[in-house]
Amino acid sequence: MSHIILEVKDLVKRFGGLVASDIQHLEVKQGEIHALIGPNGAGKTTLLSQLSGEMKPDAGAILFEGEDISALPVHKRVQAGIARSYQITTLLPRLTVRENLALAVQARTGHSFDFLGTVMDETDLDEGAINTAARVGLSPELDQIVGTLSHGKQRLLELGMALACEPRLILLDEPMAGTDVEESHNMGTLMLSLKKQHTIILVEHDIDAVFRLADRISVLVSGKVIATGTAEEIKQNPAVITAYLGEEDADELEVSA
Amino acid sequence: MMNRFGPSHVKNTPLNTGLPNPWSAILVAVLLVTFPLAMSYMGEDFYIGMGSRILIMALAATALNLALGYGGMISLGHAAFLGIGGYTVAILAKAGLVSALLVFPLAILMASFAAFLIGLISLRTKGVYFIMITLAFAEVFYYLAISLPNFGGDDGLPLRTRSSVPGIRLDNALTFYFFVLLLSGLAIVLMYRLVSSRFGRAVVAIRENEKRMAAIGYPVYRIQLMAFTLSGGLAGLAGALLANLNMSVTPHMLDWHQSGILIVMVILGGSGYFWGGLTGAALFLILEEVIADHTEHWNLFLGAMLLFIVLAAPNGVMSLRDRVLGLFNRSGSNADSKGSSEQEVNK
Ligand SMILES: Nc1ncnc2c1ncn2[C@@H]1O[C@H](COP(=O)(O)OP(=O)(O)OP(=O)(O)O)[C@@H](O)[C@H]1O
Ligand SMILES: [Mg+2]
Repeated sequence: MSHIILEVKDLVKRFGGLVASDIQHLEVKQGEIHALIGPNGAGKTTLLSQLSGEMKPDAGAILFEGEDISALPVHKRVQAGIARSYQITTLLPRLTVRENLALAVQARTGHSFDFLGTVMDETDLDEGAINTAARVGLSPELDQIVGTLSHGKQRLLELGMALACEPRLILLDEPMAGTDVEESHNMGTLMLSLKKQHTIILVEHDIDAVFRLADRISVLVSGKVIATGTAEEIKQNPAVITAYLGEEDADELEVSA
Repeated sequence: MMNRFGPSHVKNTPLNTGLPNPWSAILVAVLLVTFPLAMSYMGEDFYIGMGSRILIMALAATALNLALGYGGMISLGHAAFLGIGGYTVAILAKAGLVSALLVFPLAILMASFAAFLIGLISLRTKGVYFIMITLAFAEVFYYLAISLPNFGGDDGLPLRTRSSVPGIRLDNALTFYFFVLLLSGLAIVLMYRLVSSRFGRAVVAIRENEKRMAAIGYPVYRIQLMAFTLSGGLAGLAGALLANLNMSVTPHMLDWHQSGILIVMVILGGSGYFWGGLTGAALFLILEEVIADHTEHWNLFLGAMLLFIVLAAPNGVMSLRDRVLGLFNRSGSNADSKGSSEQEVNK
């Protein structure tokens, strides 16, 4: 049995009367792509934000490598090895790609409080930025201002920012949102190549991509996980079909699969 | 220099617009040293005093620029730190302590401490709330100053003598100017180290996108608090110098009106530009002086002048430099080979 990198127990998050998260149990295995799917407003982003530390759960525990991290602030969780990307592109648009990535590398070096050291030799940052840009295919854009890049390229950088943190667990919130067919295909290939070194939690609306990429899938509806399993298991799960996929979708997928 | 990360010398991104050009530092230094000597030669002691005032307010504005321009923390309460620095000097002087070696570090310490406490609470809020909370805290200090008889109430506190420095006498205008220049020069060097360090870069990047910076592992709150504290400390030093210049402190020093003037200076000079504070303070004080000489309604004319400058250079006078450079670069790249070879060199 493979190693469990992340375990979520009885996690509850409310917004006023709305229960946005109510996750009794969720396990993510080391090295897998674990997809989270569900209708709009199901609580996928809310779950990721609690895993990353940006939102405080009202109850429950988040175990990363067996340790409860639910009290850690965001930056400590990044140091522990969890990084995320955003559904809505969140970059430093007036800076270049290189600068964006180098900032992520700098955070890892732990020198961000050396306020008297005027660092002249920054090859470490530059190398980190160049390597990450190469991994996500942004080498040609290294010295372009991020705000001038196409949406698809910005989505790649969004992923690159998470990668530059050298995380063990990556939380991807709809990385393919708004990209064209070719771009999302490339993004998928990229994700598969990352799988060797990273564990990925992938929130994605593109069902075809999810069935193609994910090792396991959890389906979220109204904050609850209604099913977890492989693509085959999910396609045949009656609860999932009624709540999310719908009869026709499931049939279609059956045929195309 | 070659390995500063990013194409910092090719493009004007926010990570390097705040770094001064070495030549500008030399120019400023030469100007600030020769000006008082020339005035002294001509026997114009008044202008030497004016120079000291400009330097001191430039230091205060530069301090605010660190928080406001570089850090994006719009503090409407920086006069409090100026005032705390000044009052520390005046109160200690009342108790007979006048050694600059003692009172200046204490003034900086007190102002930093106040900034730390205010930052601790204010930095938990954002936007307009941050502005209002810093203003509210500053007002607390203002009312403290006018209501405590020990602090001289409305009248403030006089200084019988200037702070004492072993070996020099500060009551001479020229000596005092160079004393101010020495300290503000040191502060400017410190400021340079700050903004060009990895810390300074993080401060600017947090201004650009706080959420992303947290998500890649920066302790955003702590970095901002550190920057705010340092900014308050530098403003405290300016306050200590101002008390010495005026030979007194008054509650006006920590009035919100004073905070407003500091903001005007920063915006006028160029918020987030290294020489923004100096340029803004010099421009403001010189305009004020010149206009006040000619008309009673100087406030009105000063306002009109400021409005004009801000309309002509919305990002401050220093931003004109970028615009001029931008024009230059465009014509440079039209003349093809020249522009590209320049870029090669810069890499
Ligand atoms: N900060 C917030 N305050 C109040 N309600 C919120 C907040 N964030 C999310 N919600 C609500 O919580 C529910 C879950 O939202 P969430 O963004 O997690 O859904 P999602 O599954 O990511 O949806 P989508 O597929 O549209 O991205 C929604 O009903 C949403 O309106
Ligand atoms: Mg979402």
